[in-house]
Amino acid sequence: MDAHIQVKNLNVYYGKQQALKNVNIEIPKNQITVIMGPSGCGKTTLLKTFNRFFELTENTQLTGEVLVDGQNIYDASVDVTEVRKVVGLLAQRPSPLPMSIYDNVFYGMHIHKMKKDRKEYKAAVQHYLEIAGLWDEVHKRLHDPATSLSIGQQQRLCLARGLAVEPEIILGDEPTSALDPISSQNIESRLLELKQQYTTVIVTHTLRQAKRLGDYVIYMYLGEVIEAGPAHEVFNNPQHERTKAYLEGQI
Amino acid sequence: MSQVDPLLSNQTKNQAEGRHPRPSATLRARQDQAARRAFFIFTLLPVLLILFITVALFFRSWPIISEYGLSDLLFGQVWKPNKGLFGFWPFILGTVWVTVVGVVLAVPLCILASIYLAEYAHTKTRSFAKPILDLLAAIPPVVYGVWGLLAIVPFVDDVLAPLSTRWLGSISIFSVNQPTGFNILSAGIVLAVMIAPLIISVMYEIFSTVLNDLRHASLAVGATQWQTIRNVVLPQVGPGILAAIVLGASRALGETIAVLMVVGNIPQIPTSIFDSAYPLPALIANNYGEMMSIPLYDAALLSAALVLLVVILIFNILSIIVLQRMTRKK
Repeated sequence: MDAHIQVKNLNVYYGKQQALKNVNIEIPKNQITVIMGPSGCGKTTLLKTFNRFFELTENTQLTGEVLVDGQNIYDASVDVTEVRKVVGLLAQRPSPLPMSIYDNVFYGMHIHKMKKDRKEYKAAVQHYLEIAGLWDEVHKRLHDPATSLSIGQQQRLCLARGLAVEPEIILGDEPTSALDPISSQNIESRLLELKQQYTTVIVTHTLRQAKRLGDYVIYMYLGEVIEAGPAHEVFNNPQHERTKAYLEGQI
Repeated sequence: MSQVDPLLSNQTKNQAEGRHPRPSATLRARQDQAARRAFFIFTLLPVLLILFITVALFFRSWPIISEYGLSDLLFGQVWKPNKGLFGFWPFILGTVWVTVVGVVLAVPLCILASIYLAEYAHTKTRSFAKPILDLLAAIPPVVYGVWGLLAIVPFVDDVLAPLSTRWLGSISIFSVNQPTGFNILSAGIVLAVMIAPLIISVMYEIFSTVLNDLRHASLAVGATQWQTIRNVVLPQVGPGILAAIVLGASRALGETIAVLMVVGNIPQIPTSIFDSAYPLPALIANNYGEMMSIPLYDAALLSAALVLLVVILIFNILSIIVLQRMTRKK
């Protein structure tokens, strides 16, 4: 397996409570990996160690390594903003920045000074809005406030905003849980289209979504990774009793 | 389940014994309503008090307003009560100068301090820094006045005035025309320290109305914390920051004792921060109750109080409206 993210002996503590227990996994490149498990099992915590977002919570501690392209992102020499540029995040609730639709996509590129002039920025904004499947709906009102969009459109805008800084990895923290069924489907089909070019890691608590999206599946329970493997293997032939119970709807 | 819900059992017992709960319920409802009305009236009292004070001040100052006209009073430049000259302009300008200097000194520091407290500080740091800041607000103004007298006035006189003469002497608002440290700058420095806790705590509240989701959205694309504050947080809180400043300014406008102890109290039109001034509150506090035999003197001082009250009320109401809108959005 061509691993894009490698997690080695990872332990995470919130205060004295251990949220992740000795996690060792590999996330395959250019596939959709789905992290599933009952609530409170640490799946979001695991996801947030990939872009160092869990540090935003106070009193956290981490031991072990998370390697992206072979580089430990917790190494003291690593610039956290570079990590977050490479590892994008699609949040649970759509959170457009309080600025125009255009500026939302422009924001990250501008911060990293990724383009030369206005023309290039404009073209890039259009490009990423097209990828997110939003261009046709918004090209006539690019300078309207982003909050004027519907909630489903907002989430696609957030996707475009994340892609605009040219990440290699997309993290999704239950990215469709706040959306209506049609918007959810829209986001899911974007993610499926994008998986050729991006390594995608999605946290979900719906089994059906995991089955629709997952190429590779990680099942967690109480802070531990119980089982990880290609989707068809885990879904059709789970090795562990707990995974079996979850898939059968007992947990 | 064998246990019966106690409420339900009471009700059934009442019904079984043929009791009617209604009469007592009506009595209790009446008592409840009476209590409500009483509390409402007590809540209304302060509002009525403000109205009453305003109206009373207006009637007491009416004799002089009707004789000279409001604009002659406000813009009159000479204050010689025994010659019948009641010009407030030097006092109004004195108030404005002192307030502006205090606010200008306080605001940059307050913005930085509240950004630090709200955005950067660890919970532990915050939990001891905030109470200490609030404690600054509890120090009696007269103590600030003594501090100003003993520390700030000599400092301004011995250090800042010579520095200003040397480097900024050609700029008229920084020119030193008087030989003492009892001036607008001293009063401004004292005021800045006095209004800072209020401004910081209001600004801190304003910063915490910004949703964390927005900060995270910015951080997630690789923005630094400062970029996030500048591009996402600050644009959101603009009106609130302004309201906090106005609230601080209105506190400064009314501050009396600490200012009058260090500002020199000379009724002149100031042209430099190193000039003495005589703000309105100091005028009222120093003179009310003395020389009251001079005709219209009483009315003149009370109309000064009226002007001060109206300006401060307007400032406060405006900023409270803005702040309420902002905190409601959260």
